Amino acid sequence: MTWLVPLPVVMPLLGAAATLLMFRRPRVQRAISVSVLTATLLVSGMLLVLAADGPLVVAVGGWPVPMGIVLVADQLATLMLVVSSAVTLCVLLYSIGQGGADGDEEHPLSVYHPTYLILTAGVTNAFLSGDLFNLYVGFEILLAASYVLITLGGTETRIRAGTTYVVVSLLSSVIFLAGIGLIYAATGTLNMAQLVERLDALPDGVRLVLQGMLLLAFGIKAAIFPLSAWLPDSYPTAPAPVTAVFAGLLTKVGVYAIIRTETLLFPGGRVADLLMVAALSTMVVGILGAVAQSDIKRLLSFTLVSHIGYLLFGVGLASRAGLSAAVFYTLHHIVVQTTLFLVAGLIERRGGSTALDRLGGLARTAPLLAVLFFLPALNLAGIPPFSGFLGKLGLIQAGAGDGSALSWLLVGGSAVTSLLTLYALARVWNLAFWRTPVAGPVAAPLRSSRLMVTSTAALVVAGMLFTVAAGPLYSLTDTVAADLLARSPYVRAVLP
Amino acid sequence: MSVSLLLAVGVLFAAGTVLLLERTLTRVLLGVMLLGNGANLLVLAAARPGAPPIVGAADPAEMTDPLPQAMILTAIVITLGMTAFLLALAYRSWLLTGHDEVQDDAEDRRVRELADRDEGSDAEALEAAR
Repeated sequence: MTWLVPLPVVMPLLGAAATLLMFRRPRVQRAISVSVLTATLLVSGMLLVLAADGPLVVAVGGWPVPMGIVLVADQLATLMLVVSSAVTLCVLLYSIGQGGADGDEEHPLSVYHPTYLILTAGVTNAFLSGDLFNLYVGFEILLAASYVLITLGGTETRIRAGTTYVVVSLLSSVIFLAGIGLIYAATGTLNMAQLVERLDALPDGVRLVLQGMLLLAFGIKAAIFPLSAWLPDSYPTAPAPVTAVFAGLLTKVGVYAIIRTETLLFPGGRVADLLMVAALSTMVVGILGAVAQSDIKRLLSFTLVSHIGYLLFGVGLASRAGLSAAVFYTLHHIVVQTTLFLVAGLIERRGGSTALDRLGGLARTAPLLAVLFFLPALNLAGIPPFSGFLGKLGLIQAGAGDGSALSWLLVGGSAVTSLLTLYALARVWNLAFWRTPVAGPVAAPLRSSRLMVTSTAALVVAGMLFTVAAGPLYSLTDTVAADLLARSPYVRAVLP
Repeated sequence: MSVSLLLAVGVLFAAGTVLLLERTLTRVLLGVMLLGNGANLLVLAAARPGAPPIVGAADPAEMTDPLPQAMILTAIVITLGMTAFLLALAYRSWLLTGHDEVQDDAEDRRVRELADRDEGSDAEALEAAR
């Protein structure tokens, strides 16, 4: 069944070509995108089931393994694939609904669907890649698509925000490429399984430099403080579905790359302290930024940065419990953060703005919207019994199990960040939903189509499913963490 | 690995970094191109030098490693695409604003002004609501 492995990359790429050819027929474009992403979701689900018996490996083009590129679908990659393709499908439906509600069904931007599918292909390629250069190419594919999406329409604010984003991303790509060059010079291979042995044989100083280059490149993409300033600056101006899918997926691809390289290529936790300090400052600085914001989208961008700190905390612990909780929290966070940005899009249409000082009384005028905001907000803040709480609990337990002074500090930091997240979101709730409506001219509400609300509700339900299925999912992420730490299952699957 | 090649990489990286810190997009673009070429040269320098890697032209043991060259080919294509996109961005920015300087974020400025005046946006908003 290994022929399934390349499909999540190939199908969106072919779909992108087909939608590009159909640029005059928006209805056909929509049908193609929806069916392609549905198929990707199904294939990812099948891969997840199959990967339970060990990683599936495909040598692309039939080239023998250390020479050619390999795609590796192990449990970590397939878990990320399933969640990311579910999220991309929901966001695509939301954006189709938005096009329908705005009445531009006949004249939408013909470039949206192809670009969106290419973005998906880049993300899946990055997840499946078993080769550092292919990982770089995956990053470039998704970044190139994201440049187009973030400047969609070419208005002045989007060009301004897009410029920062493009330049910062280009810089991180150059650092990544330079890191790849140095790794090849030192080891003579880029295949991750082969790198495992060859990197272990290198002197410590050289390994540290290579590790630092990769961490720097992925740290920019994952928005880790102090490399995170670009994110709240550039995300909020893009269209709601674009911001949602960026927030959910793009930073997580960076986190995935960090998890993969730190466990597989550079084990032993030599930079654990550095990661922990970065995690703490990301959490605290991010959430303090969120508290200061008066716009919902910007506030959510800052919470996004802040919660990347939790993921890094788990990676920094480098223990089985820590990695397991980090993977669980990553999956949960993809869904919840995307949902909240979609809800922010709905709020913007209903209230005419996402500025907190202009909104008010939405709980009475739009009760369904209030529910759709309330549930993921509690989930993000980590209120029991939601999955956000379970993920944080796992991290805190892992931190306490580690027992060092730094990890206790991180445990305290996570608790404070969680409380401040609750405070920031409660402020949104109070100002936008609870208080009496603001008098004065409010922009006429735009109609939100049923499809937009349904797809958002589907993601809210998906977030709840994490809570219901937390037990089985945690045991799954536990085996993922054990495999990551053992390293041998991955290496043996690629180089038998 | 030759020292002159490494020196060239260093100069390209240094000049690229300086240009990247400029405010006009055209200079940033030049910086990105220099940085990209610096990285490409670095990858090229990663290969063992030797005879051309053409089957039959030389003994395989003496051939240069062709893989980094193949990778640079990919990287050059990517840099070309990104350069084109940045050029388009700079042109669009020039069309809209008459210059291609990167602007400050308006919301950032607003938050800073609020902090300077020492009033929370909530207090103000609640006042207005009453």
